[in-house]
Amino acid sequence: MKSHFPHRHLLGIEGLRREDVELLLDTAESFFDVSRRPVKKVPTLRGKTILNVFYENSTRTRTSFELAGKRLSADVVNMSMSTSSVAKGESLYDTVKTLEAMRPDVVVIRHASSGAPHFVARHVSHCVVNAGDGMHEHPTQALLDAFTIRRKKGTLEGLVVTICGDIAHSRVARSNMLLLKLFGAEVRLAAPPTLLPKGVEAYGVRVFDRLEPALEGADVVMALRVQNERLMGGAFFPSAKEYSKTFGLSDRSLRPAKPDAIVMHPGPMNRGIEIEPSVADGKRSVVLDQVEAGVAVRMAVLYLLSADEAEAP
Amino acid sequence: MWILTGGRVIDPANGLDEVADVVIDEGKILAVGEGAGAPYRERAERVIDCAGKLVTPGFVDIHVHLREPGHEYKEDIASGLAAAAAGGFTAVCAMPNTKPVNDERAITRAMIERAREVGGSRFFPIAAITKGLEGKELTEMAELKAAGAIAVSDDGKCVMNAQVMRRAFEYARGQGLLVIQHCEDHHMTAGSHMHEGPNATRLGLRGFPREAEDIIVARDIILAELTGARYHVAHISSARSVRLVREAKERGLPVTAEVTPHHLLLTDDAVLGYDTHCKCNPPLREESDRRALVEALADGTIDCIATDHAPHSTLEKDCEFDRAAVGVNGLETAFPALLQLVDRGELGLGRLVEALTISPVRVLPEVGGGTLSVGAPADVVVLDPERRWTVRREALRSRSHNTPLLDTEVKGAVELTLVGGQVAFERVS
Repeated sequence: MKSHFPHRHLLGIEGLRREDVELLLDTAESFFDVSRRPVKKVPTLRGKTILNVFYENSTRTRTSFELAGKRLSADVVNMSMSTSSVAKGESLYDTVKTLEAMRPDVVVIRHASSGAPHFVARHVSHCVVNAGDGMHEHPTQALLDAFTIRRKKGTLEGLVVTICGDIAHSRVARSNMLLLKLFGAEVRLAAPPTLLPKGVEAYGVRVFDRLEPALEGADVVMALRVQNERLMGGAFFPSAKEYSKTFGLSDRSLRPAKPDAIVMHPGPMNRGIEIEPSVADGKRSVVLDQVEAGVAVRMAVLYLLSADEAEAP
Repeated sequence: MWILTGGRVIDPANGLDEVADVVIDEGKILAVGEGAGAPYRERAERVIDCAGKLVTPGFVDIHVHLREPGHEYKEDIASGLAAAAAGGFTAVCAMPNTKPVNDERAITRAMIERAREVGGSRFFPIAAITKGLEGKELTEMAELKAAGAIAVSDDGKCVMNAQVMRRAFEYARGQGLLVIQHCEDHHMTAGSHMHEGPNATRLGLRGFPREAEDIIVARDIILAELTGARYHVAHISSARSVRLVREAKERGLPVTAEVTPHHLLLTDDAVLGYDTHCKCNPPLREESDRRALVEALADGTIDCIATDHAPHSTLEKDCEFDRAAVGVNGLETAFPALLQLVDRGELGLGRLVEALTISPVRVLPEVGGGTLSVGAPADVVVLDPERRWTVRREALRSRSHNTPLLDTEVKGAVELTLVGGQVAFERVS
């Protein structure tokens, strides 16, 4: 069933068409049950080699990609770059050319520099998957979010989706804005103006500087992580306490949203800052569904990029 | 004696734009005019047919980085001056952000000495405003001037402390030195890699707001007025900064400005796809800024064009965008790049030539030249506005190739560059 995914790499949601995303999500549906079986493995990518090259620390994304590859029977190697050749001063170019010489089929890369996966893709012959680059994109996160929303709400079209928090530094927000607009969702942003990037309206989103009106009638509420490491010393907001009071998701602050609104978070969560524990663990929360969806979506990505034509899932 | 015959001679300093001969003898302009060569034909060693070509004063670039001493892997004075000549520039002014910084007379002397050995295009060093470009202590401007520095600038860095800037203005005025500022509030641009706006947001890159430039331009105009200093805005890039300069000029202040070819031609759309060749400081901005720059150049608000020639090695450009060095290699592609503005009807050819010749000399008279006046040194360039060529690495004299025009075909070529009547560059066809 490998239908036509007309892209050699997955560098971002930008550049994908709606039908490409639909194919990814439908393929993810077909892989979803694999992870629920007693034997969680299909032979689809047997003989393929996947390198997970992570220049930033990550637990969930790396594990998710690793399991996705292994459940497709690929050989998966994880490389934690902070402890390897980078420490010796090797350039990204030399590192990726070295890895390319080992003939991988897919390189999954996470990097702190926006555009690093694009740079890699320009220089190698294998497939490149962006697992998060700087403040730019995190396409598999947006795909797993879309997958989760579609499962919970049936569709993405016409939904009101409110993304709250540090939009400026968030690759998750950028990928989600692109994907949701592709499907005709109404996207709203709620953040202190210090955390809204200039010209973000160009995505076709509505911007709010208070949480309450942004949540009015929302079907989906996405909290973003307050990235302390990026915000330190930047005078973006005065204190975590004030942030949680003005933009934190609590049972109270969520009142304007639809009663059946779902609450999402890309993780890891700062409980008590952007999200109250009662919301994170409450019945609206789909945080763990997102994590589960992540494996299926990444299986779909790896499969569509690297499987040989004849193979079926 | 040489005769350049039958070319379209454009010499804005003398209000000349006509088909004419240029006669050169003993390194100087002997005669210019229609048929001016005829009486000398018998005696001429060389008569160059310039029909269909442009003959103009040699270009003057008051803002280049030649990287010597310290960064010779990017460029050195020899390769930089060769690139200048190949680009039609007969005089260049080198910024002091070398290693060590040109903040002492010995360094100024060494640079001048090196340029003298190399020969070719004329070389004028600009010294630092503050020691080590640190924005704290003033350099010995009198010493530097005596050694041959023709202006002061901390280019690459902005003098952030207003009190230091005031003192720099006052002291430089005492020495009669032009103060050239790289206008950037560094607090507002920390961690930035391109113009702040929708494209930066889309690429996930922190952006330089225009206001970081505008705030310094505004502050400096106020301080220039306070102190009476000659103030020059380097590589102006924002529409509001242009307005500030225009208003200062209307009030009669000695304020001038330059603009680069890349800011006149490109916008931040060129950065999409993370093209590090389009990473520069100030960054490429938006179409509204670009239009304002072109208009201001046309009406004289912006005095002149300067390339901000900033060579960087492949290692520093073929890497992650946020790690890439800032700057565009400009000397050898300036003419064909700028000719696009003429071909598109955005700028008159006469003004373009003026902005490359006499206008920069008016900003910085210490450089001299910029004219074809009889008796002036024969710094002359012959240009073919129709010739097409491809900007290949091998075709460039610069040691670096970091230009957005790399591997593209351009129209407009330098055929011959004379410095003091000597061939500094001649195209081999």
